[in-house]
Amino acid sequence: MNIANLLKIALKALSNNKLRCFLTMLGIIIGVASVITMLAIGQGSKNSIKKQISEMGSNMIMIHPGNMQRGGVRQSADDMQTIKVADYEAIRHIPGVAAVSPSVNSGGQLVNGNNNYPSTIYGVTPEYLDIRKFKVKDGAMFTDNDIKSAAKVCVLGKTVVDNLFPGGDDPVGRVIRFGKIPMTVVGVLESKGTNSMGQDQDDVVIAPYTTVMKRILAIDYIQGIFASAVDESHTDETIDRITNLLRAQHKLKEEDDNDFEIRSQQELSEMMNSTSDMMTVLLACIAGISLLVGGIGIMNIMYVSVTERTREIGLRMSIGARGVDILSQFLIEAVIISVSGGVIGILLGVMATWLVNLIAHWPVYIQVYSVVLSFAVCTITGVFFGWYPAKKAAGLDPIEAIRYE
Amino acid sequence: MSENKEIIRIDNLRREFVVGNEKVKALRGVSFTIHEGEFVTIMGTSGSGKSTLLNLLGCLDTPTSGEYLLDGVSVQSMSKNQRAVMRNRKIGFVFQNYNLLPKTTAVENVELPLLYNSAVGAKERRERAVAALKAVDLESRLNHKSNQMSGGQQQRVAIARALVNNPVIILADEATGNLDTRTSFSILMLFQQLHAQGKTIIFVTHNPELAEYSSRNIVLRDGKIISDTINEHPASAREAFEKLPKDTD
Repeated sequence: MNIANLLKIALKALSNNKLRCFLTMLGIIIGVASVITMLAIGQGSKNSIKKQISEMGSNMIMIHPGNMQRGGVRQSADDMQTIKVADYEAIRHIPGVAAVSPSVNSGGQLVNGNNNYPSTIYGVTPEYLDIRKFKVKDGAMFTDNDIKSAAKVCVLGKTVVDNLFPGGDDPVGRVIRFGKIPMTVVGVLESKGTNSMGQDQDDVVIAPYTTVMKRILAIDYIQGIFASAVDESHTDETIDRITNLLRAQHKLKEEDDNDFEIRSQQELSEMMNSTSDMMTVLLACIAGISLLVGGIGIMNIMYVSVTERTREIGLRMSIGARGVDILSQFLIEAVIISVSGGVIGILLGVMATWLVNLIAHWPVYIQVYSVVLSFAVCTITGVFFGWYPAKKAAGLDPIEAIRYE
Repeated sequence: MSENKEIIRIDNLRREFVVGNEKVKALRGVSFTIHEGEFVTIMGTSGSGKSTLLNLLGCLDTPTSGEYLLDGVSVQSMSKNQRAVMRNRKIGFVFQNYNLLPKTTAVENVELPLLYNSAVGAKERRERAVAALKAVDLESRLNHKSNQMSGGQQQRVAIARALVNNPVIILADEATGNLDTRTSFSILMLFQQLHAQGKTIIFVTHNPELAEYSSRNIVLRDGKIISDTINEHPASAREAFEKLPKDTD
């Protein structure tokens, strides 16, 4: 008995029951299609979160004052003045820190002629651009010299430009006012759009931190420090180093709590990843269950088919089919159903994924492994769930089978 | 006839079944020899053991004791798979209820035994199936499906299927049992024709009338042979068929 003959026999038997065969296949088709679509949606949203986080600066480390008690009263972070310029200077020299910038900010009204706009001015160093992945589109960033001299210069985000220069004038070189302080616009940032939290990342004014500290806020401390590790994998290590350094700087004793908070984007990204991972697992479970149900459908139909075709099996045996021939015939029938169901399911899954993207505009991403996996699973399903009915068929006694009514 | 080759030799064949706590002796020592070219009817009422004997002769079952040689090969020591191959190469079955595959054409039904013989290629398979259908006068119905044919035609397809592997023996089990008298005689005619061409046939039936159309008649009762007679001048099924009143309704 060769494979070609077996295939011929199995195909013939299946074509005698086209509707039933298709309905059985439907279970597998829906299972495979949903596995592929669900995994594509899960992976798509994960990818889009990843992209947004890396746009925010994936290896960014944020240091803020925190956890300070004065006589038992916990202080609001804004009132704390634990971080100094000296801390920033010290962090600059830690190995593994790629860029570092102090951060002081102040809200206020920006005025240009007849136009005014409320925004926030961030006092930073030029390295801030690298940390936050900003780029200067027109003009240039202010320089270290501007920082030394606390120069009255600033760089504007696109939203600010749109509001202050509605006529489309080139803002570079123009003088605007922040409150009462005149400032020269030296550059315009490239637009970044909104981040994953819905914040407008273009609603910023960047100025030297010395300018904001001395000329606007008149303070001698800084509100925070932004730093970035050389790469994502070194973030934890760098955080430890900064923590140790700041504790030494602040002369904290062993038992003292940190008087600052240090956080990285990695935590945020891990949190978001774990959420979307959980979603993916959940979706895959639902899809997997439907594949299992499809498999049980195959088993059910194969059992019915064996009972219904008992006489046929008896006949085949009496004209010389061996047990293994009958077993292979029914196994091949089950595998043909599951494999062709799998192929149709993959096509349908890819189409459904495309439709989800087209109609709902959800981010999707089909991974090769999900296609390979679901195909492998449904082939195995066919063999597994086809095996018992096939075994039953092969074990029939030809004498009883041929006289079965 | 004795100068012809021995096709079947059974010697003191016994078959017992255990039903519940009881031992049922279906065959109690049956012996005979069948030579090439014989047309044997095996007759007996139900419970006489003829079905058990047919199952043993057809290599579907193995005896509890006794010797069975089919075409010179001892069968009772064979494994299930070896017996399947034996059935495929040496035996042609004809059943009472035809047992054709549904929704399958005549020629595909006839090809079936050859599908389980990997030595026969697709082209040869088709040629032999067509030749077998010609031998039963059905060359005009090659591509008719089994459910589009009358009972007589279906039985002819079944006979063609039994012929296609050139078996050493054709085993017919009540092959005319489901047919009306006219069709029965036409099938019987076909068996006589095949007999005349030198085929060896065993025809198991409970109908005593059929004995006169065969060349030898073995009667079983309670698992034993009670008579084994040679019929030197078998009646012609054709003559009987022609004498039947024509269907004028």
